[in-house]
Amino acid sequence: MLATVLSLAELRPGAFDLRLEPSEPCRKARAGQFAHILCGPENLLRRPISLCDQREDMLRFVFEKKGAGTSWLARRRPGETVDLLFPLGRGFTANPDGPPTLLVGGGAGVPPMVYAARRLNGTAHAVTGFRTAGLAMLLDDLNALCPKVEVCSDDGSLGARGFVDAVCRRLMGETAYARVLACGPKPMLRAVAAAAAEFDVPCEVSLEERMGCGLGACLGCACRTKAPGGGETYSRVCQDGPVFDAGEVIW
Amino acid sequence: MAVSFAGVSLKNPVAVASGTFGFGREYGLRFDLSRLGAICVKGLTIAPRGGNPPPRVAETPMGMLNSVGLQNPGVEAFIQNELPFLRKYDVKIIANLSGETVAEYAELAGRLSDAGVDMLEVNISCPNVKAGGLAFGVDPASAAAVTRAVRDRSNVPVMVKLSPNVADIADIARAAEAAGADALSLINTLLGMRIDVNTRRPVLARGVGGLSGPAVRPVAVRCVWQTAQAVKIPIMGMGGVMTADDAAELMLAGASAVAVGTALFRDPEAPLDVIDGLAAYCARQGFTRAADLTGALR
Repeated sequence: MLATVLSLAELRPGAFDLRLEPSEPCRKARAGQFAHILCGPENLLRRPISLCDQREDMLRFVFEKKGAGTSWLARRRPGETVDLLFPLGRGFTANPDGPPTLLVGGGAGVPPMVYAARRLNGTAHAVTGFRTAGLAMLLDDLNALCPKVEVCSDDGSLGARGFVDAVCRRLMGETAYARVLACGPKPMLRAVAAAAAEFDVPCEVSLEERMGCGLGACLGCACRTKAPGGGETYSRVCQDGPVFDAGEVIW
Repeated sequence: MAVSFAGVSLKNPVAVASGTFGFGREYGLRFDLSRLGAICVKGLTIAPRGGNPPPRVAETPMGMLNSVGLQNPGVEAFIQNELPFLRKYDVKIIANLSGETVAEYAELAGRLSDAGVDMLEVNISCPNVKAGGLAFGVDPASAAAVTRAVRDRSNVPVMVKLSPNVADIADIARAAEAAGADALSLINTLLGMRIDVNTRRPVLARGVGGLSGPAVRPVAVRCVWQTAQAVKIPIMGMGGVMTADDAAELMLAGASAVAVGTALFRDPEAPLDVIDGLAAYCARQGFTRAADLTGALR
């Protein structure tokens, strides 16, 4: 699918907000799904980037500039064309009915929580964690979509000092959540999954791995999961995930 | 565009390369598999294999390293669950097989050819496994032994997939031909490695992996050209084919068919563009049949 760049803004140093207009009507994605984006003639492989938001005629991706691929993407100008495969992968369960959902985003894992909050129709609570205040992003978006947003930072420069799992424990003590949806660095996901398990709240986590085809064919993006019949197996992050039930994941 | 490849008629000379296309299910959602000349399925072993730990892929300048490690559900699951799906399409099915011993190769050949695949591709060139794989592909006598054992047990044409990680690929090619190979496919990936200089660790969990993509294409063209001088059996050329011109290059060097692999990861419809572009190339160059391209190097 081709899409036209509507705008590209630097949200904070190193994080970019890319808005695209698809050239054809595209399916409404589930929160947690991703686009596999072609990053110019110099970079052979596409880059998987989680959907940050989707509106009628607009796809929004917020990504960190890390290597050659994301640097290329960060140099796009309005009117240019981007080639993407979208929407891909298994998304989060986002059910706006019943008890609220707790969204947990850490660092570069915050963007998919914006769309999750939208799909939850303003019923979700959110916890975000950043290493330091200068790396914070998308808090205005979450505040507009969630009745409760808690922020913490590793160094205490923004919100509470500490990690998101401590905040999650406090919130789960106050509210009976339907589930916890989390995206962020693996140690954070593991800690959040452990916290959710203590409160007996179902938890879904979005994993990341280096990817080839993005469609499930090449088996490049393997992650260790529990096998249905016992033991362990490799699942494909691109097709079986990127969202997994926390209980399936072998940390 | 139709060609006869080792006695198997392909509607066009463009296949998809083993390991890049799974068993066709994922790409089958994106285009009609019947448009392809052939599908070389993901490498099969007797028992299911879990594959190597992640990270399994790393990008390189115009290429990629992979270390999947022959993850597959095993030959029986392929025959029961995957082959019937592939048979719904009008496309030739080439079963890629790997053993740890000559006897395993022979057993796989018997089971797969009895199951009714159109051709076997004998992988003696996988760089990503500890036992078997590449070990059989770097020595002419071993390559011949595997080829002979497979040939004896197979009632369909046998194609042997060669490694570029050898001193003289023509030596291995001649040994496979003498042992009864009906065709050769080349090249498998080049053994490579990447290191993260910040963590000072290899990027791939297993350390090394197989290099593919446009970066290896000149090596593939050279290997096909050298092999075509050395043998009479047909060659399926592969290695970094992204466009019809790339496919034409391999055919001019001596390939009778080509396979598209890593290009699929950039553009899932790349093989279709190669098929259409190759027809246009033939028309431009005045070739009435795709087969006339083979070895038409001036």
